[in-house]
Amino acid sequence: MIELGQIAQKVRSKNAGPFWLTIDIFCRNRVDFERISSALDTEMVAALFRIDPAQVKRFDIADLNVVKFSLPRPAIQGTRSDRDMHGAAWAVLLEEMEIA
Amino acid sequence: MARTRVLIPTGALGLAYDRDALARGVAARPDIIAVDGGSTDSGPAYLGRGVSKYSRATTKAEWRDLMLAREQAGVPLVIGTAGTCGADATVDWFYDITCELAQELGQKLTVTRLYSSQNPPETAEAFTAGQITALPAAPEIDADLIQSCSNIVALAGAEQIAAALKTGADIAIAGRTTDTAIIAALPILRGANPGGAWHGAKIGECGALATTNPASGVIQIDFDETGFTMEPLTPSARATPYTVSAHMLYENTDPFLLHEPGGVLDVAAATYTALDDRRVRVEGSVWRPGTYTVKLEGARIAGYQSVSLTLLRDRSYVANARGWVAEVAARARGEAADRMGLAEDQFDIELRLIGLDATLGPLEKSGPLPSEVGVLAIATAPTEAQAAEIGKILNPYLLHHALTEDEPMPTFAFPFSPAEMPRGALYEFCLHHVLTLDDPMSAFRLVTNEVGDD
Repeated sequence: MIELGQIAQKVRSKNAGPFWLTIDIFCRNRVDFERISSALDTEMVAALFRIDPAQVKRFDIADLNVVKFSLPRPAIQGTRSDRDMHGAAWAVLLEEMEIA
Repeated sequence: MARTRVLIPTGALGLAYDRDALARGVAARPDIIAVDGGSTDSGPAYLGRGVSKYSRATTKAEWRDLMLAREQAGVPLVIGTAGTCGADATVDWFYDITCELAQELGQKLTVTRLYSSQNPPETAEAFTAGQITALPAAPEIDADLIQSCSNIVALAGAEQIAAALKTGADIAIAGRTTDTAIIAALPILRGANPGGAWHGAKIGECGALATTNPASGVIQIDFDETGFTMEPLTPSARATPYTVSAHMLYENTDPFLLHEPGGVLDVAAATYTALDDRRVRVEGSVWRPGTYTVKLEGARIAGYQSVSLTLLRDRSYVANARGWVAEVAARARGEAADRMGLAEDQFDIELRLIGLDATLGPLEKSGPLPSEVGVLAIATAPTEAQAAEIGKILNPYLLHHALTEDEPMPTFAFPFSPAEMPRGALYEFCLHHVLTLDDPMSAFRLVTNEVGDD
């Protein structure tokens, strides 16, 4: 097992408006992309964020060697329970995820 | 048709840019200079209060450069989402800066303001009439909640920007617009391919972010009847098929679709071709017209807050920080309820542990113990005075609460006096909806003035 962040070139999370979060996993090459794409299970990603897997949108974009997830924000931006206004820190949950 | 060249100085006014590249862009004879002035990305307080995130001094300094560039180029200058949130108050704030600069620079100008603010009672009526539709993951709303918003804005599209340009404006100051509309409007008005216009606008809306040198800021995009060509204006910055195509990922839930007023952009079939090592040609983007809707954003006050910070450095308190904050919170909650007469659901006390899980909260996995822990205590209450009172109720516990009864009274580190800091109102975004319009201008207003000396 290895942390995803040790294979990916960059994992970026950003707000996509106040209600959605979008996470882009950039890979250096096709081999790394296919390894991450096949090892990542959408249900595991939903579990990291404790949300319903049915709400997770997933895009495996071979042309860019990118795996993208979009999901409702764990807390709506700026509400009392939000901890990360720009949504960038959530990327570490994927970076530190162990994959085969 | 003629090519339409759009000069984009930076991803957002206030973020700085390469001045030499701006001069190069002016020399390349653009048809318009377009810059974005805001976004929701910094949170709901800016919209809630109707204020800018960036300093007035920085805004004025950068706008001065762009007003000089406009004068030299002899073309319109347009800013979208002026003053971070694009409410009417920030449009007027930006107009005041423009008038001051026009005087200082001796420029005589036609300035058009495009207002995007909505009247909450009218928005509530539109909701009741079924003209407002929820987008995915929208919060539940009702007419009362809409009425409670301190500001509501509608996001203008290309049609409203085109209307502002048609007033003959030298400078158009737009309230809330989509990030792309200020770039797409003139090319569409002049007959460019609408798919190419919206796609190029999305690629250009963050300035040089879709290049190898994001901080350089300045780019130009040429639009025509089949697509667009993107060129960064700082020599060291390069646009490549990868940097350009990957930008559709940015802050967008779907990397192939982009919803705009009046339709959706589909880039699934777009082709990206390197013209040389720093310019990219894009064709094949498709615009699918649909019902004319504009997105709404609204913010309202959700209480008032007082925050305190105390630092635990003693090893036994660092090791037992969770138990300690649970006790402090429970005691303060009890006192706030008893002594202030507040019901439990009227207020909130939350203590976040900086160094343990303040960023991710319950999603954090446990890590090694740090040498110190910051305790960020957040009190939320219906009024500012009540939030301040709860902050004061927390104070003695945050300073002295002992984990055990048989130890000398501990004292923790407060970095400030007073320890509690009023944070003012807590705002929340409460609309993620679209408003259907028969006439694109019916939710927007234009005002044109002549400003400056002659």
